[in-house]
Amino acid sequence: MNEMTEDVAVVGGGAAGLAAATRAKETGAERVLVLDRNSELGGILPQCVHTGFGLHHFKENLTGPEYITRFVDRARALGVESKLDTMVLRLRPGGEIVAANSPDGLFKIKAKSIVLAMGCRERTRGALGIPGERPAGVFTAGTAQRLMDIEGFMPGKRVVVLGSGDVGLIVARRFAVEGAKVEAVVEILPYPGGLARNIIQCLEDFDIPLLLSHTVTAVHGAERVSGVSVAGVDEKGNPIAGTERTIPCDTLVLSVGLIPENELSEEAGIVLDPLTGGPVVDQHMETSVPGIFACGNAVHVHDLVDHVTETGMTAGSSAAKFARGELETLRNRVRMRPGSGVRYVVPQIISGDRPVTVYLRVRNPVRNATIRAGDIAFPLRAARPAETVTLEFTERRIEKLIGKAELEVGMEEQKPVD
Amino acid sequence: MKADAVIVGAGIVGSTIARELSKYDIEVTVVEKEVDVAFGSPTKANTGVVHPGFDDPPGTTRAKHCSRGNALWHEIAREVGAPFEEVGSLVVALKDEEIEVLEGLKHRGDTNGVPGLEIVTDEDRLRRIEPNLNTGAVAALLAPTAAITSPYELAMAMMENAVRNGVRTCFETEVTGITVKQDRVRGIQTTKGEIETQFVVNAAGLWADKISSMVGLNRFTIHPRKGEYYILDKKAGSLSRHVIFPTPSPISKGIVVTPTVEGNTLIGPNAQDIEDKRDLATTRDGLVEVWAGACKLIPSIADKRNMMVTNFCGLRPEPDTNDFIVGRSETIDGFINAAGMRSPGLSSAPSVALTIVELLRESGAELRQKSTFNPMRKPMDKPMRILDSGSAQKLIEQDPDYGYVVCRCEHVTKGEILEAIRRGATTVDGVKFRTRAGMGRCQGGFCGPHVLKLMSEELKIPAQRVTKRGGESRILLGGAKELLRGGDSNE
Repeated sequence: MNEMTEDVAVVGGGAAGLAAATRAKETGAERVLVLDRNSELGGILPQCVHTGFGLHHFKENLTGPEYITRFVDRARALGVESKLDTMVLRLRPGGEIVAANSPDGLFKIKAKSIVLAMGCRERTRGALGIPGERPAGVFTAGTAQRLMDIEGFMPGKRVVVLGSGDVGLIVARRFAVEGAKVEAVVEILPYPGGLARNIIQCLEDFDIPLLLSHTVTAVHGAERVSGVSVAGVDEKGNPIAGTERTIPCDTLVLSVGLIPENELSEEAGIVLDPLTGGPVVDQHMETSVPGIFACGNAVHVHDLVDHVTETGMTAGSSAAKFARGELETLRNRVRMRPGSGVRYVVPQIISGDRPVTVYLRVRNPVRNATIRAGDIAFPLRAARPAETVTLEFTERRIEKLIGKAELEVGMEEQKPVD
Repeated sequence: MKADAVIVGAGIVGSTIARELSKYDIEVTVVEKEVDVAFGSPTKANTGVVHPGFDDPPGTTRAKHCSRGNALWHEIAREVGAPFEEVGSLVVALKDEEIEVLEGLKHRGDTNGVPGLEIVTDEDRLRRIEPNLNTGAVAALLAPTAAITSPYELAMAMMENAVRNGVRTCFETEVTGITVKQDRVRGIQTTKGEIETQFVVNAAGLWADKISSMVGLNRFTIHPRKGEYYILDKKAGSLSRHVIFPTPSPISKGIVVTPTVEGNTLIGPNAQDIEDKRDLATTRDGLVEVWAGACKLIPSIADKRNMMVTNFCGLRPEPDTNDFIVGRSETIDGFINAAGMRSPGLSSAPSVALTIVELLRESGAELRQKSTFNPMRKPMDKPMRILDSGSAQKLIEQDPDYGYVVCRCEHVTKGEILEAIRRGATTVDGVKFRTRAGMGRCQGGFCGPHVLKLMSEELKIPAQRVTKRGGESRILLGGAKELLRGGDSNE
């Protein structure tokens, strides 16, 4: 088996991986290699042809391809190496990767540090357990998007979308723009998952009905989808008897959640946070295994690519430092714990003596709330579970953390949105 | 077209008979209404358990064939390179009253010649051999010869070997009639034309009663019994070591928890007698029943809801006779039934196939053994499963396509997908069932578009014509912008 040596090896060449690779190179790593399963760099972004990317990072409104091209170009200019159509098969603590591709066969990479940026995958019909027949025409949103925007095909003409997160809304609009009829977007919760602007721009502008507090209860069709049953749900999300009706359609698109991809992390013995589905990371984005860092949607599912990029940059510079033996170990390790009304907090471990950006998600929609982290209060005007809330632990704020080993981050006051 | 014998149905029974007949100097054609081997629901959605043979009342045809079939499969599965593992089974008693039922089963099994049956009452030993078993279990019938296989891979392997030995297959070919002259089979009419033949073997599964009625025989009916299943993520591991059965009910062996040959846990099936042989829909209530049934045997399944990969259902072909119908027609020469092959149909198939050979001889078929018969089939190469062997590297050097992983969840390479197409896959499911591409936790979300492209290239058809499993099950409904141009993309 051939063996390569690298300073930093990055698993995954999407937004997180490219941010990590470029930043590692910029901060002095000599040999940086990105491994990706796809035929091109960029992860999911090349198929996200809508705008809304880069508002934070570039202060510009870019499409997915435009956003990621900047990183691809930057990586090339810096001399970041990449191996595409390449599958990482094994990851071992101590920095050994086994990968495979056609030209090289099986090969080993010894890296001084490793960045995990595998992204996430979509929840499927099977994971939801939607009963019914098993016809062709059931797609996850990302697959439908890929078929339309990369492969140039129409996966359906008469569509029901389950899930009203931003991905679901945007894919509903893509179908409508392509001339397909979107019969409905169905949402199990009593409020839409996506941003208010997307409800207007993706649904209202295209006359697509939004069915709140509804779910798909069965899929019909022997060969191709012929329809789906939808029903109203109670507060627990269970279908209400007697409310079921069938919507004729040829396609069901599922946008029902994303799951961080961490099969490799698990194999390497990296500790995962059951709340995020991703590795427990510290302020450097270092995992429980020294020298292995993680970033982007592999750590937790982000709402904005700009945040993914931020975590990638942190992981990249940390990995470069680690490769040189210069990464300062955190003298203080403050374990963050989600408190009332908070689903999770990332990073799970902060230094408590250096500024850090902390991301969290709320459990329920809130308005005019306060998030309290020990003695620090962060006012929160409004937040919904689908959005990432960013807390800046500035120099001034973290002074209040000195001497703490644990920090609960919770909602002080909760006002559920109607 | 002409054939010496026509087998109706390419499920596990038809495939096994085809392979048995391919040992002889006789022209055999298999007609199947589905697009591929094993695509009918009794084989595709089968638990994949090769039963030891203790369930079947002594004296029944089922009892005659099951334990013999079990013994035969050990050798045949190896020859055709299909997965087969003798993991053993446990029928579990959760109440003292059920022990009596276990004793009854053991007695039956002993009578049927099932080797090694034992009732385990030592609870420590039960825990040791099956660590996740419900602690309330008071006893279990241990059957060491129970085995697991992949039902569709097994059927596909059997048919592939049969075809290599000269059998012809006609897919998407539905039988519409059987020509009988002077009480003798003369031919078989299909949606793709007539085949002249002297012998028809009816292995039509759910539709065997319909085929039989085509020669004017209405001695039995087949009704569908629906069984629903869940399959769990490999990450959850095999939650049981054995095939675990509850104490059986009068109509069913019950909801089983079993490891699969791939290292998943499979749970199901329930047993729902229905009317419609085309009803392949899982139901909310049925799935709830399956989950609850599994939790009774292996309680830790309760917290594996997030490990569901998919749910599906199959229909068992239940004969009103409650027994297999294996025999020559008494009135129509050349018509032979391998019908009503309910559970343990898969287990019994090789034994039934031997009987079919005898029945053909009795009906006047000349069956001479062929010297050219090759019992061996080379299994598919799966380089990513044998990473440490060194032979994976060699395989990739010979064919670089084996280095390119297309299905990331199941680590299936481009080489395997192309090989599956060469071995007869014409649909996305055909590739899936031969390679496992798309069977993992992302359910084809990532590899689906790629598999589509490979199929389009390899089969030299437009991607829009690639189907999930034949008929109108197209994956794509047109090209981009077609709808905007007002064109109907159905063509």
